[in-house]
Amino acid sequence: MDRNGPIALVFHTLVVCFMLAPLVIICLVAFTPDSTLTIPTTEFSLRWFKAVFVHPDFMASFYNSLWLATLAATIAVLISLPAGIAISRYEFPGRGFLNGLFLSPLIIPHLVLGVALLRLFTLIGATGSFGWLVASHVVVVTPYVLRLVMAALTGIDRNAEQAALTLGAGPLTVFRRITVPMILPGITGGWLLAFINSFDELTMSIFVTSPQTVTLPVRMYMYATESIDPMMAAVSALMIALTGIAMLVLDRAFGLDRILVGQK
Amino acid sequence: MTARTSSTPWFLSLPGLIFFLGMVVLPLTLTAVLSFHAYDFNIGVLDSYTLSNYTTVLSDPYFLSIFWRTLRIAFITTVLCVVIGVPEAYILSRMWNPWRSIFLLVIIGPLLVSVVVRSFGWSMLLGSTGLISKASIMLGLGPVRILYSEAAIVIALVHVMLPFMIIPVWTAIQKLDPGLEPAAWSLGASRFTAVRRIILPQISLGVLSGSLIVFGLSASSFAIPGLLGGRRLKMAATVVYDEYMHELNWPLGAAIAFIVLVANLLIMLAYNRMIEAKARKVLG
Repeated sequence: MDRNGPIALVFHTLVVCFMLAPLVIICLVAFTPDSTLTIPTTEFSLRWFKAVFVHPDFMASFYNSLWLATLAATIAVLISLPAGIAISRYEFPGRGFLNGLFLSPLIIPHLVLGVALLRLFTLIGATGSFGWLVASHVVVVTPYVLRLVMAALTGIDRNAEQAALTLGAGPLTVFRRITVPMILPGITGGWLLAFINSFDELTMSIFVTSPQTVTLPVRMYMYATESIDPMMAAVSALMIALTGIAMLVLDRAFGLDRILVGQK
Repeated sequence: MTARTSSTPWFLSLPGLIFFLGMVVLPLTLTAVLSFHAYDFNIGVLDSYTLSNYTTVLSDPYFLSIFWRTLRIAFITTVLCVVIGVPEAYILSRMWNPWRSIFLLVIIGPLLVSVVVRSFGWSMLLGSTGLISKASIMLGLGPVRILYSEAAIVIALVHVMLPFMIIPVWTAIQKLDPGLEPAAWSLGASRFTAVRRIILPQISLGVLSGSLIVFGLSASSFAIPGLLGGRRLKMAATVVYDEYMHELNWPLGAAIAFIVLVANLLIMLAYNRMIEAKARKVLG
């Protein structure tokens, strides 16, 4: 199929199998009719999927994570849009500092952010608050949005903005009618990437959630350390399906390789 | 957007600035202070300051063994990711579309699936009743249990980290002139020599940046050692969790977390130095 030799193709096949193996096994085990983690061979059953949908803790955590990710991604866009314009379009003292500060959550381990925010929340009495949990997620997802917004801002033709200005449009109108529509793919891509990252975040959340605000990954982690039954496989399979759909949407809309690999 | 006064960019960044000062700089400072607080098992966090959290962590054999394990596992994971990821990125770059896009998706896509899900998948594959054990029984080798060993942690880490290696290497390969390799062949170089002398030197920065990301993320990983290492095999992140949630010795946990953070930042700094040195060599 291409310029690779047979050894290269065997190697490639092994890598692909390695990457898919854990996901495939989850999707198979999720359909087991038994109450142990076995791969169904003759009979397939939906009982564990049904069990997930009537499990109050899993469902509460799912809706909790859904709201959390939606709010965190939206606030991250609202912060990144003006900040991205400032950093990518202006030369000013402190520009490098701001850029570094906003991207710093990418190099600070989530573990460290988790203990740091736990300390802050304990001191101000905010443990267990959903609002502060959202705020902590905004911290970790803002860099993803900011990077895509800045890439979109530097990639557009600024003549359209100049033309609108000469035709008498005010700066706000230009921003609303020209700039935002032109960078919309960057904004939407950033929002989705932020949503997925927030929805999947475990290491920081496990420190800053309380029993009332447990997110889905934290719930799954707790569940997996205590009991292992096929319900965990069913939840995981549902997560894989959801991620798969999100991936397809991202790919159709913007090209997943462009968003994840970050090429021009 | 015509008025370019120097206050405009600060005004635009203000919401983000206030938010990040309050949610990143302040908590990190508070935690740094916390790590110097004394702690008593009966009373809790004391008001006096001490270096003992750091001296304990850096001299106690229990914590030292965890640090060594963390470094060892992160290092092995990084090496395996280079050995698997670099050839795979090269193979991907030589495919034609649509295969190239499809396989890039297959390999990078799992990045978006929660780490808990992927660790759980590996725990089913590696357990004593798992698929690998069954295959080994069928081959007459008897059951094997890889779960709850360092090998299990490394296998799952490589799975999670491989995309982080392939992405920068792939990006570096994309920037290469496609005519370089044929040029080397026409001058009499073998395929192997062409890769070694022409391709590898030019993608070395991509490999380096991938290695740093992989090393940093592996060394601070939490879910994988938590789910696949069992209660006995601790890594830095899981021991911080224990200190916070079970021992309730927050100052000690904060000290370990800060050692992880400082180690991470030092690695990043060293990386920037290396890139600058390399850029100077290219320019000079």
